Amino acid sequence: MRELTFPGGVHPPYSKGISIREPLREAPLPTTAIVPLSQHIGRPNEPVVKKGDYVEEGQLLGSTSAFISAPVHSPIFGTVKEIRKAFHPGLGPVMSVVIERDKEKHPKQYTGKDVDIDSASAEELVQKVKDAGIVGMGGAAFPTHVKLSVPEGKKIENLIINGAECEPFLTCDHVVMTRKTQEILKGIEVLIKILNPERTYIGIEDNKKAAFFAFQKAIKKATRKAVSQIQLVSLHTKYPQGGEKQLIKAISKREVPPGKLPLDIGFLVQNVGTVNAIYEAVYMDKPLIERVVTISGDCINRPGNYLIRVGATIKDIVEQYGIELYRDPKKIIVGGPMMGFAQPIMEVSVLKSTSGILFLSDNYVKDYPEEQCIKCAKCVDVCPVRLLPTEIMKNVKNGNWDEVEELCAPDCMECGACAYSCPARIPLVQYIKEGKAVLLRKNLK
Amino acid sequence: MKRLTISVSPHIVAPIDTRYMMKGVVIALVPALVASIWFFRGRAVAVILASLAGCLVTEYLLQRTRKRKIRLDDFSGIVTGLLLAMVLPPAIPLWMAFLGGVFAIALGKEIFGGIGHNIFNPALLSRAFLMAAFPVALTTWSNPITLDAVTTATPLGLAKFDKVMTAYGPLFFGNVGGCIGETSALALLAGMVYLFHKKIIDYRIPLAYAVTVFVFAGILHLIAPAKFMPPLFHVLAGGLLIGAIFMATDPVTSPVTSRGRLIFGIGCGIITMIIRVWGGLPEGVMYSILLMNACTPILNKMTRPKRYGYVKDKVKK
Repeated sequence: MRELTFPGGVHPPYSKGISIREPLREAPLPTTAIVPLSQHIGRPNEPVVKKGDYVEEGQLLGSTSAFISAPVHSPIFGTVKEIRKAFHPGLGPVMSVVIERDKEKHPKQYTGKDVDIDSASAEELVQKVKDAGIVGMGGAAFPTHVKLSVPEGKKIENLIINGAECEPFLTCDHVVMTRKTQEILKGIEVLIKILNPERTYIGIEDNKKAAFFAFQKAIKKATRKAVSQIQLVSLHTKYPQGGEKQLIKAISKREVPPGKLPLDIGFLVQNVGTVNAIYEAVYMDKPLIERVVTISGDCINRPGNYLIRVGATIKDIVEQYGIELYRDPKKIIVGGPMMGFAQPIMEVSVLKSTSGILFLSDNYVKDYPEEQCIKCAKCVDVCPVRLLPTEIMKNVKNGNWDEVEELCAPDCMECGACAYSCPARIPLVQYIKEGKAVLLRKNLK
Repeated sequence: MKRLTISVSPHIVAPIDTRYMMKGVVIALVPALVASIWFFRGRAVAVILASLAGCLVTEYLLQRTRKRKIRLDDFSGIVTGLLLAMVLPPAIPLWMAFLGGVFAIALGKEIFGGIGHNIFNPALLSRAFLMAAFPVALTTWSNPITLDAVTTATPLGLAKFDKVMTAYGPLFFGNVGGCIGETSALALLAGMVYLFHKKIIDYRIPLAYAVTVFVFAGILHLIAPAKFMPPLFHVLAGGLLIGAIFMATDPVTSPVTSRGRLIFGIGCGIITMIIRVWGGLPEGVMYSILLMNACTPILNKMTRPKRYGYVKDKVKK
């Protein structure tokens, strides 16, 4: 089988064995859910409930009229205890709705209905996606309905379903792909109906064979034309294979121009988890209130893949699920170890875009002093967007901002491959981010 | 629970650090070191120790007086000391080898600010200094094994001045006159395989360098076979292999871009051949690499990769 990939990239130890064979566990409901009102890229939501309100599971908690936004729903039945700032894993304190669960009430049961996709209009389907508050679940949290509203004059020719899951440790997409194969295929049908692409691909890295074979079998057996024409692509296991631009490059050899979106060259990429959420929104009328999260690391006794309600805090999860921290973690990371966020506290909520919670000891995350660059160019060799991280770093240090711009620092996608591979342990992405921020400020003036 | 560490991503790093890379170079030099001791016996050991001593003592003293962290354990001083010894003749007085080590570290490396800052390869810069200061000592060669102190010429010297071609067998195994570590192509190539395997060096510079020399010499040889030595001779003889594998690939002084590395290698090849064929000296590897070191900043600037996804604006019809 021919495995596709992109030039550059790194091979970190994947460490997926810790959780890849664990079943999908339904986690207990949180006793208190802290639901941040901003879980997407775009305008934060305004609360539509107030303190003391009784809310139903799936009831709207916050929304805004801005186009680039996604509404937030209550994950449980309960009472709004307060609306206050709470810690968001990526943004710090943001306004959040704190809900205390009504323990008498059983959670809602969702069943898949027969929906006639063929007769539904694209607008209707996009509206359902919007109402369900779906955002990109691979980590970026960009509102999905915005992505699906293709501007006039643009056409999506290639739809790519992203099952690469290139971040080490994370296995949530793998589990969704193996357990929800049919649901994902139905979700893809919805996307095909909305976008009417010429080609549809599912890209999966070759270390997730079970998911690959599940789709292979399902596509072979499929009776519907749209599904049977899906092209399943095996990708070389390499980080950041799941980056939008890298995935497009691997499958089509085409590069997304700087400052442009994939749709400008006729591509659209959706994460498998998002597609599953689209299925649930369209077929079950279920808003995005729970997701699969990988809990892993070398400090806990029950690693695995859990179906967790949005708003559950890490602290609650550890206590309620009987997860024992048999070793003090050095870092608790939300997301993967390459792009995730290290958390200062455990009172952090699971969001729509939370793919993993990692408890890592210093076997994995060591402190290294930054040393002198020896210009070995490992960062140059691994950069998937052909930047010269060492040169950008040098110019950021010296404050040569024109040169930083010359070196196309804003094209950096912050995948961290450079800093990962640096033998002098220089936090190259941090320098590049700094350069980007300074350039942004300068250009706004 | 202990306090949690917060820091920016990525949270994991590759197991390869600077020390690992430098140590890798030392391991890759082992075959050449063994060959040098086999061919030049105690003299090789003495020269290596003198050069190493010069480097390490100087590094320690300078870092101490400047109140910097002592970095002897990063192996870079050891690499410089070994490489310098490899490119010295076996009969060189030991104090000169020691002085070479002092010069390499003091004026080759520390004066620029230490590891990562120097413009020129420290070992080669020091050899250029020794060559200018002590030309006779630097061009007095010994026979391998017997160590006759007569002025046995190197294969390149024999070719240039006496038009005598050395057989490929001795050239490949190293049983010829020359600097202590440069004679055995076999040992150097073994080191190269290790460096490639451990991904410590990139293939572009050695390949471009050797191919350029081969093509350059090949063309001349085709034009006038009697006057010019065959291309393979030029690749195996003299310091070409040690230069291409261990000196030109010095990360600090070579370009960071792929295209830059290719041009760097080609430039080294052309300068080497110009000196070998038309110069007053039989060998040009050292000067070629030093000259190309000086070109590294401009090469980095001129060979920046094409911007990702960038397409030239189409010409309006």
